[in-house]
Amino acid sequence: MIRAEELTFDYEQLDEEGNVESKKRAVDHVNLHIRPGKFIAILGHNGSGKSTLAKHINAILTPTEGTLWVDGMDTKEEDRLWSIRQDAGMVFQNPDNQIIGTIVEEDVGFGPENLGVPVDEIWRRVEESLSAVGMLKYRHHSPNKLSGGQKQRVAIAGVMAMHPRCIVLDEPTAMLDPNGRAGVIRTAQKLNREEGITIILITHYMEEVVEADHIFVMDDGKVVMQGAPREIFSRVEELKRLRLDVPQVTLLSFELQKRGIPLPDGILNNEELIDRLCQLKSKM
Amino acid sequence: MIRDITIGQYYPAKSILHQLDPRVKLVATVVYIISLFVAKGLPGYAVATVFLVMVVKLSKVPFRYITKGLKAIIMILMITVIFNLFLVDGEVELWRFGFLRITDKGIRTAFFMAVRLIYLIIGSSIMTLTTTPNDLTDGLEKLLSPLKKVRVPVHEISMMMSIALRFIPILLEETDKIMKAQIARGADFETGNLIQKAKAMVPLLVPLFISAFRRANDLAMAMEARCYHGGDGRTKMKPLHYVSRDRMAYAVIWGYFLLITGVAYAQRLLYAMALL
Amino acid sequence: MSIKIKDVNYTYAENTAYEIHALKDINLEIPDGQFIGLIGHTGSGKSTLVQHLNGLIRATGGRIYFNGRDIYGEHFSMKELRSRVGLVFQYPEHQLFEIDVLSDVCFGPKNLGLSREEAERKAKAALRMVGMGEENDHRSPFELSGGQKRRVAIAGVLAMEPDVLILDEPTAGLDPKGRDEILDQIQRLQKERGITVVLVSHSMEDVARYVDRIIVMNQGQVRFDGTPQEVFRCYKELEEIGLAAPQMTYLMHGLKEKGADVDADVTTIEEAADAIEHWLKS
Repeated sequence: MIRAEELTFDYEQLDEEGNVESKKRAVDHVNLHIRPGKFIAILGHNGSGKSTLAKHINAILTPTEGTLWVDGMDTKEEDRLWSIRQDAGMVFQNPDNQIIGTIVEEDVGFGPENLGVPVDEIWRRVEESLSAVGMLKYRHHSPNKLSGGQKQRVAIAGVMAMHPRCIVLDEPTAMLDPNGRAGVIRTAQKLNREEGITIILITHYMEEVVEADHIFVMDDGKVVMQGAPREIFSRVEELKRLRLDVPQVTLLSFELQKRGIPLPDGILNNEELIDRLCQLKSKM
Repeated sequence: MIRDITIGQYYPAKSILHQLDPRVKLVATVVYIISLFVAKGLPGYAVATVFLVMVVKLSKVPFRYITKGLKAIIMILMITVIFNLFLVDGEVELWRFGFLRITDKGIRTAFFMAVRLIYLIIGSSIMTLTTTPNDLTDGLEKLLSPLKKVRVPVHEISMMMSIALRFIPILLEETDKIMKAQIARGADFETGNLIQKAKAMVPLLVPLFISAFRRANDLAMAMEARCYHGGDGRTKMKPLHYVSRDRMAYAVIWGYFLLITGVAYAQRLLYAMALL
Repeated sequence: MSIKIKDVNYTYAENTAYEIHALKDINLEIPDGQFIGLIGHTGSGKSTLVQHLNGLIRATGGRIYFNGRDIYGEHFSMKELRSRVGLVFQYPEHQLFEIDVLSDVCFGPKNLGLSREEAERKAKAALRMVGMGEENDHRSPFELSGGQKRRVAIAGVLAMEPDVLILDEPTAGLDPKGRDEILDQIQRLQKERGITVVLVSHSMEDVARYVDRIIVMNQGQVRFDGTPQEVFRCYKELEEIGLAAPQMTYLMHGLKEKGADVDADVTTIEEAADAIEHWLKS
């Protein structure tokens, strides 16, 4: 669905005359392949290049070198731009700065309006999308009256209404409280499971990616690790060096392993650790 | 908290005026204002008054909301009345003090000017009280769309207005936050003369502008991500269509205008005949 | 230095249709030098409460005493209160406005009437304290990274040398390393200067490692007030009001429920590993 080949992006600092003063390489020869229908996570600290990479997926940025294909379409081709953006929708970090309508249902309809969808179909999509994210009863509300998490779900509905094949969520929970965060991740997981939408979650919170199908970890513009959550979570020392927050249960398991207690790698949740420990105890 | 303030004066109610297409209301307001200048003398103004009273009743908006708009123009009203009362030349002089005098013409002019101003404000208020800001921008966009042929960016202007409406409460809230943060650092927005107060605004305005630009940037990216590419090819979720109710309203407003013009003309005719 | 909050109530928009009773009968005492975490949801009243402490909001009922003096009393200067109780809002970098970093940090001290030299001296000291070196003093604040901007904004309040420092969600929007850096810096500050620090947050986990005392607010009232261990013991009630104790608390209690003889009060990874190792080998 999404394929990157030697994708490279440089931010250029221009001086007063428009000449290039300095360059900063934000994405460095990245190669990746994302299959349709999967829940993918891209982890990394601020400045690792993950957001820059994300902005290539819907062609907000185009590569300085290398290529990115969305559904077989090269993002550098200008006449495919709107098809690419309809296929790959994006939800941004700031809940307020992506809502345009003064009423929830009007905002969700904004995307379909832009696509020239006929009126009746727009209303159908608005209702479907709002139901899918659990916000249908707020359809007549002003966005100003919603919480951060609710606003993000409206934003997701707004993207869903365009019938994309994949949704990129660029740090959607960074400005939310724990409840809001949980609501947004749950919504993304539901859309992935029930509607088969490919989800690409960009984040620095490791606990959000525990149930992902595949994780890419970025640092300094490069993909430094990739794999299933279990594999990634087991590499505790590396993750700490990459300035990522390993969940407490994984840290604890790692610590116990260091002390000689036979536990498997990459324990992701409390229940698993408790079970394993009880099993060990009963064998002793 | 600040976000709960409603923009404009929209007063929700279920009246026939609320249900009219916003274009009808926009046109009607303009026509009404013009009629106030066409009308001459008491008969004309009587017709205008009857029409206004009818409209106010139909709107189901409580009277105090309607008179709220008048508070803003109290000063202009007083100045207009005083100037016309004391400085207009007329035939019959009723009172004199130096160069100030009250004449019959002065009284008439002052009276009609005041009435015109008051009715103008009430008429426009009825429009904003019965139409949501969004409907107003939609109506304006549709009405002005012929101007697209002469390269006027009607759609863009309308989009800018809706976005402004959406962000005013947010920016107001942000202003409040910035003010509080600076007050927490000892800033003082209240004391001092005009120059001092203006200087004190810098720590408020600079961050506010920067924030507004940042939001605009983010919003533009979000709009493009949702395939916004200007007005071409766009459909509308809530398209404006005239129904019979709207057509009847148009009939009423034009009927009223004809009546007022007729009365004014007849008056002029009678007056001219009386002179012969 | 101490702050005493007595029967404080705050109602928005009194006697209108939009009336909200944001703070209900708050009674708290904040002694000198304590490191406090104030936890609660959005809407719990925590941000409203801290804005009372520096006089930005005036309580609609009750009294607040700063060092024994009633802040609503006749001769009490709010301006002085604000120099002694420093409040750093959420996303403080949004308040930066000056031409360069040093001038922005001088804004606070200058408002207190200090001379330019004095103000600069305090500003520089504050900047070093948050880890911003001399090379940044004359840069535009808008050239800095997000984390740097935030530190400059915090320095802007520190430069007024307050006795109490309140930080509303200082880690909002930062990645894990940025969060740790800021919290470590605040901890260092608290130890070095001995000032009282109040960290307002909605994350128990972030705050637990640093604070001596946790105050939990819900719906305008104080629900829990005690040491981190005491508060985490009530993790079931915390859950009822929609807040979560650190993951480890659940783990240890979960183990205990399965019959393991472990101390469920542990709060660090090391302590937990010790407890579990001990239990397995006993």
